[in-house]
Order: sequence, then structure tokens, then C-alpha cells
Amino acid sequence: MSHSSGPDSLIKMANQIGSFFDSFTDRELARNEVAKHLSRFWDPRMRRAIMAYDTEHQDNNALMPIVREALSTMPAPPPNN
Amino acid sequence: MSLPRPTDYGTPAKESDKYVTLEIDGVEITVPAGTSIMRAAQMIDHPIPKLCATDSIDAFGSCRLCLVEIEGRRGYPASCTTPADNGLKVKTQTPKLAEIRKGVMEMYISDHPLDCLTCSANGNCELQDMTGVVGLREVRYGMNGANHFTAGSDLFMEQDTSNPYFTYDASKCIVCNRCVRACEEVQGTFALTIDGRGFDSRVSPGQMEDFMGSECVSCGACVQACPTATLMENGVIEHGQAEQSTTTTCAYCGVGCSFNVETKGEQIVRLVPDKEGGANHGHSCIKGRFAWSYATHPDRIKTPKIRKSIDDPWQEVSWEEAINYAASEFKRIQAKYGRDSVGGLVSSRCTNEEGYVVQKLVRAAFGNNNVDTCARVCHSPTGYGLKQTIGESAGTQTFDSVMKSDVIMVIGCNPTDGHPVFGSLMKKRLRQGAKLIVVDPRAIDLVESPHIKADVHIPLKPGTNVAVVTAMAHVIMTEGLHQEAYIQERCDIDSYNMWKEFVSRKENSPEALEAEIGVSAKLIREAAHLYATGGNGAIYYGLGVTEHSQGSTTVIGIANLAMATGNVGREGVGINPLRGQNNVQGSCDMGSFPHELPGYRHVSDTTARMQFEAAWNVTLNPEPGLRIPNMFEAALDSTFMGLYCEGEDIVQSDPNTQHVEAALRAMECVVVQDIFLNETAKFAHVLLPGATFLEKSGTFTNAERRISPVRRVMTPVAGYEDWEVTQMLSNALGYPMNYKHASEIMDEIASLTPTFTGVSFEKLDKLGSVQWPCNDAAPEGTPTMHIDAFVRGKGRFMNTLYVPTDEKVNARFPLILTTGRILSQYNVGAQTRRTANQEFHAEDVLEIHPSDAEARGIKDGDWVGITSRAGETVLRAVVAERMQAGVVYTTFHHPFSGANVITTDNSDWATNCPEYKVTAVEITKVTQPSEWQQRYREFSRQQEDFLVNAVAKV
Repeated sequence: MSHSSGPDSLIKMANQIGSFFDSFTDRELARNEVAKHLSRFWDPRMRRAIMAYDTEHQDNNALMPIVREALSTMPAPPPNN
Repeated sequence: MSLPRPTDYGTPAKESDKYVTLEIDGVEITVPAGTSIMRAAQMIDHPIPKLCATDSIDAFGSCRLCLVEIEGRRGYPASCTTPADNGLKVKTQTPKLAEIRKGVMEMYISDHPLDCLTCSANGNCELQDMTGVVGLREVRYGMNGANHFTAGSDLFMEQDTSNPYFTYDASKCIVCNRCVRACEEVQGTFALTIDGRGFDSRVSPGQMEDFMGSECVSCGACVQACPTATLMENGVIEHGQAEQSTTTTCAYCGVGCSFNVETKGEQIVRLVPDKEGGANHGHSCIKGRFAWSYATHPDRIKTPKIRKSIDDPWQEVSWEEAINYAASEFKRIQAKYGRDSVGGLVSSRCTNEEGYVVQKLVRAAFGNNNVDTCARVCHSPTGYGLKQTIGESAGTQTFDSVMKSDVIMVIGCNPTDGHPVFGSLMKKRLRQGAKLIVVDPRAIDLVESPHIKADVHIPLKPGTNVAVVTAMAHVIMTEGLHQEAYIQERCDIDSYNMWKEFVSRKENSPEALEAEIGVSAKLIREAAHLYATGGNGAIYYGLGVTEHSQGSTTVIGIANLAMATGNVGREGVGINPLRGQNNVQGSCDMGSFPHELPGYRHVSDTTARMQFEAAWNVTLNPEPGLRIPNMFEAALDSTFMGLYCEGEDIVQSDPNTQHVEAALRAMECVVVQDIFLNETAKFAHVLLPGATFLEKSGTFTNAERRISPVRRVMTPVAGYEDWEVTQMLSNALGYPMNYKHASEIMDEIASLTPTFTGVSFEKLDKLGSVQWPCNDAAPEGTPTMHIDAFVRGKGRFMNTLYVPTDEKVNARFPLILTTGRILSQYNVGAQTRRTANQEFHAEDVLEIHPSDAEARGIKDGDWVGITSRAGETVLRAVVAERMQAGVVYTTFHHPFSGANVITTDNSDWATNCPEYKVTAVEITKVTQPSEWQQRYREFSRQQEDFLVNAVAKV
């Protein structure tokens, strides 16, 4: 039986998003764009999972700094029904 | 009684600012300068007899039938080659002309079999018509001289029946050259010629080869151009002349050709491309014109079926029972796992109306936003990238715009195979002298084919598109080739300044990136110069751009290039995504993405949501739903357990097949609505019969935003059009839908979508087709977008940092696999594999460069194993020079090829569009199919047995 790739694929996807906006010289703009992208395109269960990962991994965190900064500005997603 | 032929003006329409006035048979007429006398005469309904002239190709002047008299001029000039001019007085009928014409026809008929009554063209033959028109009553030469029609005589040739779709009967050829010229001028393949001289002359594919053995691509332009039964569709030979004709829209690629379906009752005789078709102007390809017999294939699913488990045989049930079972399963799953645990998929093969009702069902009846479309796996980066930069998720031009382009840049698309009818138009423009830049790892046909040669070919390493477009931007900005005034007027200056600084950095120069790209900096500089300074520059791109981990970045990079050089907002320029399937544009427009309502309005947009809530009488969820790959992950996490999949084959078309299979097996209810038992249906619990495009009403929207009508010519095999099935399911789920006809769905779309407010079936009947935006501001549609300003307001530049893909080659996987399409098969092949197109492409093969093949001891035709990090499959090798060393290529048209067993979960950063175009692999010589292939064949055999042995439920 296959399993989902757990947080690994979400981390990879979030870092890919981070990499795109990281080249923006305006740091605040870059952070807001990452947060906006996650909020607009990720289903709440995905956002909850990546935020949980970020909170649970204060050390050894695989997310890019720009992604972590963006996550810290985002409200907790609503629960899925 | 055969169908009336559309008016043939004999020579093509001419465009000119200058007009000339002449008199024909005493009637004065004013026409654009350059118009032939033949055309002008037809315009006043004084048709001039003709055989070698037809208005799809240039005048040739060989048949000598169209002679006229012009006052004050000597002799009898051919009206097809003589342009109209001021003050001319032309006579189309005089006793002398009648005598000459009769003499000409007498010669023709002396070498033509007089079997008109049993001829397939009987009732629809121009030679027959002209013989009647000139009043030929006898052939003084008799019929016993040397001729081409007496079987066994020296000049007689056997019929060529090698092509499955048409027959070449040389005995009926009048050597008018129309087929040869159509092949050259319309199709651009140059497969036909005239062999021999004088009386011996005959049409010849290649050098007297048969059609199948020649360069012929089976587009049918020659058959359409033929005035006799020399080249005739087998459908007409078999069934006779048709009695009804219905105009509809092709269900294959994103070109969206208009066709007249010619029928007798519900029997299709042939499909003929519509001269009035806005996208195709009377041209077609092998798929659209010929590959429609799948609609009546015995494999069609004709009754609904259900089963508890995919290991059980199917039970045939009534529509009511199947629908109620599906609805009860979705309700059960939602009660157990939550409202967000189910979702739906819309296919780009379905109509706008069908896509709209599926997303409505998901949002209103399921009560979530878990709806996605197969555009996810092809052009979702186009939607994202163009929305971000110019403000509208669509191409900017019409197809015809290419005829005003001076420089054409083709990046990651292969129009002659993927979008053949547009490819032919592009080739026509290239033959007129437009310059061509091709950015493609392979030497696709456009790089060099008869009378076409790319001015610059950048054979980049797969995965480096962003490096190429960024390096081109570097050249344009650092060398001052950009249009500063255009940018200042139309673009957001903060974003421009940031981008300008970014691309001007040394690390983004062609010299810094050439090692990554694998192409010399000089070539990239040359391409940038040509695009920026060569006049009207138009970029055409396809899945070679989007299906990468940086697909959206390349789309943005393309928009940056176009904005910086002022190449958006008029004819001849623009950003032109060539959409894969017929209704990719439409399915995106219809709100089939989980984050967007119809018209590209985000679900978090309160104003838009409230509008839909009021119209639909529900509360809508403001949070985005799951995209296709996210659904698979959620299924394996047990949070997504039920799927309604209409017209899609995710098992064959989505990447990492084994992952998809596992996700589907994890779900508790999979409902597949399709015309065949496709690969996904083998994992389904409910199978609902779908209808082909010939069995339903609706609309498709092509790559140029053209909304074209789909009209029903046959009764759906299982009784219902697809939107009716969705409606029944919605009603069973407790959300009422009550449409009586697809037109009512379009009326609702128009009432809720600002870019569609002027669209209705009535308008489409009147105009033929219309390009959105179509509203009060543009009641007849919008051929060219962003004319005075970008839809976004100010165009936004965005940095495009090149980030190499994670899918890297190493010692274990030293080659890159890239995937694509071929002309004769369509997508997963469910349709085309069930037609004679199989004869053109019976299996997917692996193309490999000679040096890579030699290093592995692989010869042409060997079985080879292809192994990636995701899986392994086995294909036959074709050693091909058009590949670059280090890169191998295959297609995904056949399910047992398992091309997607090898492709990985890597995807575009913004949209999760899979990275089909880059997979690191190793190739080895093998002797047997892969383990997956053996297992899947067994599974498939069992599933087919379950279908064949389906029993009616008692």
C-alpha cells in the first residue's frame, strides 16, 4: 500500500514558491507574495499541515527563510469540513 | 439529391486599400485591387466555367475553360489570372467563348471514363457540371484512343487504396493540379507532384509512391480540392453523397476547427472543414477530418454500471439506479469523512456547458471547491503567468494574426504535429518570408522542412527555458533593444525597475547561462536581436513551456519579453499559448479550477461569490479546494475518498502512474463518466456512459478564445448528453438543476461572467463563432486583446530566476526523457486508437540519439527498458538524428507503453502542473516487458472481462 509523501512534498512545493519570490529585491513584497500564493492556491488542509510542520520544527526546519517569514504572517486556516 | 456546394469564387479574396471598378456582362462592380475577373464575376452571380481554379489556392491558369473577352484587348485571357482593373468591360459569354470551352471540354472528356452513373462523385462533380454548362454533346475523337481509363492499357494505373480514408483513382484525373497546389499552399507539406509530361501526366505522391508510403500527412486538402472522383473519401465511396450537413466544432486539439458533418439520417458520410470557420478557413488535419469512427465503435459504453469493489464484475443497472447509487455513496463518504472529502474533475474534452455544470455541482451540491480540470496538467501555468503579468488568462491574438507577424518565436511547441491546421497557416507565413526562431530540444519539423528553415534554432537542454528567456531579456535590456515609451505608458514602473535591474545582472547574461542551456551565447543573442528588432514579434508556445517545475516562470518570462519589446496589443504580435485539447481554454474559463469561479474570479472574492450565491441559492466556500495532485495525496492520507471524473483519464495521462493507481485504490467511490472503459474507469465503482461531440449540443472555446458551437448530429448512444447526466447526479444529491437544453446553461454563464455577457447560442448561430470578451463593450467579440491597455491595468514585470529542476541526471540516470505528441494520435488515444489512425502510429516508441544508442548497444527496433526514479517501462527504440545526445523522447498515446510510469511527481511551483518534460532515466536493452507492464496487462485483461461479462442486475 502506497502512502502519501507527508510533509515532504508540501515542503518542496513551499520552497519552490519561495524560490520564485526570493529573487524580488523588496523583501516585504516577496514575503507577502509567498503568503498570498499559499492562501490563494493551497487548500486549508495543506496550509494547516505546512504550518504545523513549521511550528513543530523550530530547529532542523527544511523550509526556506522567506517561506517561514510568510507563514508567520498567515492566519490559521479554517478547519476542513 | 446531393448537398449544394458552398460558393467557390475561383480565386482567393484579396485585401487592398485600393478599389477598382469594372463592368462584367454590363453590370458594374467595385472590388479590391488584385481581385481576379473570375472572382468579381462570381460576386455578381455570373460564374465563369472553371476546372483548375478554386478559391482556397492561387490561380494557375491551366484549364483554359475560364477564358473571357475584354473590350479593346486581343485574344481570350484567362479570367482566373487576369486582375480586375478600372474601366474594363468584360464579357463572360460569347459564341466564340462557348466554342472554345466546348472544344476544351471535348478534349478532357475524351480521356475520362464515362461511368458517371456509378461514379462516387455522381451529383457532386465539377467535371460533370462543366460538361453540362458548356453543352458538350459529342466527343468527336471517340473513346478508343490512348487513354488512362482502359484497364490493362499502357497508361492505366490501379487505384491506390493504401490510405485508409481516401482512394486515389488516377483514371479520373484531369491534371488540374489542384491537389498538388492544395498540398503546397494550404497544407505546406509538398507531398504531391505531377509525374510525367504532356498526355502522360498524372498526380504522384512523392516519386510515384503510394499515398501511405509518401510524405503525405493525410490532411485531406487534396481530396477537398479535387474536382472529380480522382481523390475521394472512402465514406462517400461506401455510402454515397450525403443529404444533410450540420456545422460543428472539432473535438480534437485547441485549434478548434469548424466542420460540416455530412450525413444521411444519423449515418455520417464525411466531415468537410468549413470554409467559413474562423479558426481553420476550410482546412483540417487527419484527426478532425477523418478520425471520427470511434463514435460508433463497438467499445462504446452503452449502459450505466456499478460495483462495490474494483475486484468485482460490473453490474448493468438503470440510469436511475446508477445515479442514486453514486449520490448515496458521495453522501455516505461526506457523512463519514467530512464535506471536503469528495470532489470532481472536468475534462477539457467536454463542452463549456458540461464543465460549468460539473463545477457547479461540486461547489453547490458537494459544498466544497474540490474541482479541477486536466488543464492542471497542461496549461495551468499559462492561466497563472498571464493573469499575473497582463491580467487575463488567455492568448492575446487570433490565429490569423500570424499572417502579419515578421518574427515568429516558437518555444516548446510543435505546431505541425500538435496543432496542425495552425501549423499550416504559420508555414504559409514563413514561406512568405517571416523569420523564425525555434527554441526546442528537438529538431522539430519547423526547424527544417520543405521551403521552411528556422533562422535560429536553440536546441536547449530540457528544463532550461527560464534561462533562455531570462538571457534574452538580458540582451534586450542591456543593449537597449526594448521599447521604453511603450513600457512607460503601459506598464507598472516599480515592477519594471525591479525586473530591469534583475535581468541586467551579469549572472543572467547568455554567457553566464550558456553552459546550463547547452547552447552558445551567440545564438541566444542572435535570437534576442531578431525578436526585439525584426518588426512584429509573436511568441507561440505550448506544453514544452508549461510542463516544467518552472513552467509558470517561463510563461511570465515570455510575457516580460513581449511587454519589454512592445509586442502586445495589435495584430501580428502577442503571446500565444497553443492549447492542447479542444476545450482547455473553455474549461479554465468555466471555473474548473479549485480556486476560481467562472471568469477567473477567486473564490475569496466576496463580490463574485455573493453573485454566484444569489444565483445558485447556496453558500459557497471561500477557501480554495484541492488540485488534482493534491487530491491524490489527500486520498493516500484518507481525507479525500470520493471522485466524480467526467471525460478524463487520469490514470493514463497523469504522471507517476503507480502513485495515481494507489490514490484511486484508496478512494471508496470513483465515478467515471466516459465514452469508453478508459484506464481510470478500470478503477471505478460507477461507470456512466458519456456522449461524443457528435451526440451533443454545446460550445468549445479554442486557443484564440473563440467560442464555437457544437451541434448534435446523432442520438447519444446511452440516451443522454453529458450535462444531463451531471444534472441527474446533482438532483440526486439534493441540489436541483433544471436545464432543458445546453443553451440555457450558456445563458446562465453569460449572466454571471462579465467577459461572456454577450454570448448566446442565438448569437453563435448568427456569427458562426465569437471570441471573448463578448459583452456590451464588444458585442461581436474581441479578436485582439490589450489594444490600448493591459486588462490588468498596468502590465506587471516579474523576476524570473532560473532554478534548475530537482530532476537531475547522475550516473544512475544519465539521460533526460522528454515526452510529447504526434500528429495522428490524440492525447491518451482513447478516440484515435479506435480509428484507422492506428495505421499511422500503432505504438509509442523511444527516440534515442545514435551515440546514446551505440554506447548502450541499442539498435533501431530493439526493446529497451526505461528506468526513472518513479518506475520502469519497456518500449521499442527508434534511433533518431533529430534527438540531441543525452535526451530521449516518447509519446503517451498508448496505455501499455507506460510513459507516465516513468514521469515523476515534480511539478510547477505555482500550479502543480506536472514536469512531464524532464525525467532523468537510464536506458538498457531488454527482452521482456517491465514488471509494471506485465502486472497492468493482467489487471487490464481482468477489468475488460468484468465489462464484457457485466450482468444485468436482477
